[in-house]
Amino acid sequence: MTILAGWPLFITLLFIALGTMLTRFLPFWIFPAHRPIPIFVRRLQLLLPSAAIGLLVVYCLRGINVFTGSRGLPELIAIAAIVLLHRLFKNTLLSIAGGTAVYMLLVQLVF
Amino acid sequence: MQNTKPHTIIGALKSAFPHTLPVMAGFMFLGTAYGVLMHSIGLGVGWTFLMSFLVFAGSMQYVAIALFAAPFNPINALAVTLMVNARHLFYGLSMLGKIKEAKKFKPYVIFTLCDEAFSILCATNPPAGVDSGWFMFFIAFLCRWYWILGSLCGAVLGPLITIDLKGLDFALTAMFVVTLLNQWSNKSNRASALIGIGCSLVCLLLFGPDSFMIPAMLLMLGVFALFSNKLTEGRMGP
Repeated sequence: MTILAGWPLFITLLFIALGTMLTRFLPFWIFPAHRPIPIFVRRLQLLLPSAAIGLLVVYCLRGINVFTGSRGLPELIAIAAIVLLHRLFKNTLLSIAGGTAVYMLLVQLVF
Repeated sequence: MQNTKPHTIIGALKSAFPHTLPVMAGFMFLGTAYGVLMHSIGLGVGWTFLMSFLVFAGSMQYVAIALFAAPFNPINALAVTLMVNARHLFYGLSMLGKIKEAKKFKPYVIFTLCDEAFSILCATNPPAGVDSGWFMFFIAFLCRWYWILGSLCGAVLGPLITIDLKGLDFALTAMFVVTLLNQWSNKSNRASALIGIGCSLVCLLLFGPDSFMIPAMLLMLGVFALFSNKLTEGRMGP
C-alpha cells in the first residue's frame, strides 16, 4: 500500500478540512440570523436530529452483505448487546465499549 | 466588558464541563484508535495533529485514511468529504436559532459542530447566571481538545500497542446506535428516527453503499416536506 506524503498529502488534508468546514458553515450562510427562518426549516429543526442519526447508523452498516461472508451476524449480535446493555445500565460509554468489545471478539475469534 | 471577567469564564467552564464528560471518555477511546490507525499506515504525530485540529470530524478522518492510501486526487477527496459530512448540513439547520446564544463564539462553535458537540449543544442550556456564549464555547472547545489529545495519545502509543485491533472501528457504529437509543427514549423523536432509517435503507438498496447518502437525505427532506406539519403538531410553540 502506497501512502501519500509531503505536499500531495498536505493538499489532500486541506481539501478535506475545507470540505468539512463548508458543510458546517453553509446552513448559517444560507439562513443568516437577521432574516426570519421559514416555517418548514423551523419544523426541520425538530425532525432532523433523530433522522440524521438514523442515517448515520445505516451509513455505518452499509458495507454488510447478507448473502456472503459473515452475513452481518457480528454487527447484528453486537447491536443487540448494545441495546441490552443500554436498557440495563443506561450508561452511554459502557454501552459503546461493551458493544465494541463484543464485536471485536466476534470478528477476531468466531467469524 | 462584563462578559470577560474571570469569574464569568470560570463559571461557564464549570457548568459546561460535566456535560462533556461522556465525550471526553468516548473521544479519548475513539481518538486513540484513530491515532493508532494513522500510525499503522505510517503517518505520525504531526499529521495526526493536523487532521484532528483542522478537520475534527471522526468518521471523515477514518474515511480520509482510505483517501491517503489512494492516488493523489484532491477534487475526489473534496467530493467524498462533502458526501460523508453532508449530515452537518442537517445539524446546521437544526441549530439556526440556538446558535445566536453563542454570541461572539458563533464562528468557533460552528467550526466545531461535530456529532457529539451538536447533540450536547441542542439539548442543553446554561444554568441561570451563566453566560451562554462562554458556556457554548467551552462545550465546543472541550470536545475539540478531547479529540485532539486522544488522537495524539494514539499516535504516540501506536508503536507500543501490539494487540489485534480488528473491529475497533465498530466503536463509531456503537456510538451512533447509542445516540439513536437515547433519542428513541423521547417518544416525539420516534417517527422522524424511523423516517431517517427507512429512507436510508430504501436508498441503500436502490443506489448501493457508495452513493446512497445524498439520495437518502433528499428523500428524507421530501417526506418531511409532505408530513412536517403533522409530525411537529403541538411542538412548534408560538
